[in-house]
Amino acid sequence: MFVRGLKRKCFDGEEDIEGTLAGIKAIPSYNLQRQSLLDMSLVKLQLCHMLVEPNLCRSVLIANTVRQIQEEMTQDGTWQMINTQSTGQASLDRLVSTDILCRSSRDQAEGKHVSAYGTFNKDFESDQAQDSSETMSTASSVQAPRNLQSNVWEMENPQENKGNFQKSLDQIFETLENKSPNSVEDLFSEVENSYYDLDTMLTGMMSNTKMGHCDSLETFSSPTNTASNSNCKSDLNDLDHIVEILVES
Amino acid sequence: FLGAGGGNDIQWCFSQVKGAVDDDVAEADIISTVEFNHSGELLATGDKGGRVVIFQQEQENKTQSHSRGEYNVYSTFQSHEPEFDYLKSLEIEEKINKIRWLPQKNAAQFLLSTNDKTIKLWKISERDKRPEGYNLKEEDGRYRDPTTVTTLRVPVFRPMDLMVEASPRRIFANAHTYHINSISINSDYETYLSADDLRINLWHLEITDRSFNIVDIKPANMEELTEVITAAEFHPNSCSTFVYSSSKGTIRLCDMRASALCDRHSKLFEEPEDPSNRSFFSEIISSISDVKFSHSGRYMMTRDYLSVKIWDLNMENRPVETYQVHEYLRSKLCSLYENDCIFDKFECCWNGSDRQVEFLSLCTSDLSNIVMTGSYNNFFRMFDRNTKRDITLEASRENNKPRTVLKPRKVCASGKRKKDEISVDSLDFNKKILHTAWHPKENIIAVATTNNLYIFQDKMN
Repeated sequence: MFVRGLKRKCFDGEEDIEGTLAGIKAIPSYNLQRQSLLDMSLVKLQLCHMLVEPNLCRSVLIANTVRQIQEEMTQDGTWQMINTQSTGQASLDRLVSTDILCRSSRDQAEGKHVSAYGTFNKDFESDQAQDSSETMSTASSVQAPRNLQSNVWEMENPQENKGNFQKSLDQIFETLENKSPNSVEDLFSEVENSYYDLDTMLTGMMSNTKMGHCDSLETFSSPTNTASNSNCKSDLNDLDHIVEILVES
Repeated sequence: FLGAGGGNDIQWCFSQVKGAVDDDVAEADIISTVEFNHSGELLATGDKGGRVVIFQQEQENKTQSHSRGEYNVYSTFQSHEPEFDYLKSLEIEEKINKIRWLPQKNAAQFLLSTNDKTIKLWKISERDKRPEGYNLKEEDGRYRDPTTVTTLRVPVFRPMDLMVEASPRRIFANAHTYHINSISINSDYETYLSADDLRINLWHLEITDRSFNIVDIKPANMEELTEVITAAEFHPNSCSTFVYSSSKGTIRLCDMRASALCDRHSKLFEEPEDPSNRSFFSEIISSISDVKFSHSGRYMMTRDYLSVKIWDLNMENRPVETYQVHEYLRSKLCSLYENDCIFDKFECCWNGSDRQVEFLSLCTSDLSNIVMTGSYNNFFRMFDRNTKRDITLEASRENNKPRTVLKPRKVCASGKRKKDEISVDSLDFNKKILHTAWHPKENIIAVATTNNLYIFQDKMN
């Protein structure tokens, strides 16, 4: 089992990551280090890579890391401690710092498409919120309150890529209360479902994620499972039409 | 006796370097795979721009007995083009992930090259003669007026400047949903496998419209996906046996005679985790980036982020040998995770072996006794299994003179840095050697930096 209390056992002595620890001063405690690792991992899952499908191996490894952290934090019961009132400011700092990280990455990713991995963030955050929806609402309250029932998959609205990062981060925290505590494995669920039927039709072109501008593909489901299925079905009808055209061509 | 001396006993000298000199690396020029053919006469590289460049070794010059033949460009062709998947709005990269040569059967050479989705069989043939003296055509190709033909002659072949032509003979497409990471030609020389993140397919070299799925680890529910296939290879002698490695550090050996779908492994190779080294990065660094059988097939070698492991196929519960490539990085894993270097996929290779000698030595020792793999800062490492010695060398234009023996390098992990040592913090993590290859018969190695190909050979006395 993982040995706690060993400071910097798995973290480097000198953190020189741009912006990542902007809000954390002096020697970070184990919990803060772990949290920053979690933040970093979520951002990594969110980053998009040109027009090319992200590396599945890398995504799986990052997702497993996030799951590991989440499990440990749940076991420790430290999840609830992280975002108490007194450290609300610190958590906001972390928000800022990951946004800085995100922004610098976004600059690198100028003109690229928004990744569907934004969906994975929401799934993860919902699991973490499992035990602490009340405490997370403290953090999310600094954001503009939004209709919890509304479809948070706002990517269906035509948005510039640049805006999406900040928006996704906002959405991460506001969906925390929203989401049913599905398993962390929701990571790949929503994208995959919509393409399941296509797999039988097309011999080659399948992926477990989606990228790009195609608006009809962007309209992924709302957080709940049932809604997601129905929206996927309507997407499929749009996709059917596209596939017909392509297959015949 | 080649290779018996060991990694340290071989004195490696700079021989050649190919590629652009300037530091500004064009993305398309990034080398993505390196492979010698079975005789070692040809050396192929693939790059991110989808091109294949083949170098040919000069015939040895009797007057230049101090060095083996140089490698010069033999053929260059565009193997794969970028494609666009309109349905998913995704580009399919043209980057060549792997090249594998077929053994030579006639005058032409054949190789398989693959990008993320499509494998192609290329025929590389020479043309050094052309027919002249047609009856109906002029030399420039224009047709003659038949009424002006009064005599008949037999066209003859006349020499011409050597032309090397590459033509795609087979295209194996539409069989992989995920990204192809490996191809491996079977010892029957009729079939080959291709592996992507979740599936492995078996092909016949002559048949492009059909492939057999032999491994499928895609879970019914993608939510449960936690492990992917990272590499696969056929056994060098047993045509029904192959192995595949995973992102969790396991290797599965499968026998195709057992069932059509080899979902159940015959052997599972896995080393129990060292609890004292456990961290959040343990799984990531255990992910296997390459697997290679030894020449006899008795052993296999795996490369994970920090080490090279040698496995005896008869022992599943732990490797027989482990070599640390750059253990000093263990304390830097968080930084390497942040900058994504922790996901770099290093390859590994065995030394070459002379087939004649191999036959004689089968009973004494495995001829595969040196392993080579890359690291950062343009360093690469060799480990001698017999002597247990290892060496670190650098691929750099500073050691540019031919027959200059490469100086061993050393990284200072902590404490006071000695002269000529490099501290860990000074390492350039953008200069990584992911691909290396060893000539099948001689002590010649090809080492790829980001966009340059270095050729080193042992010092001949």
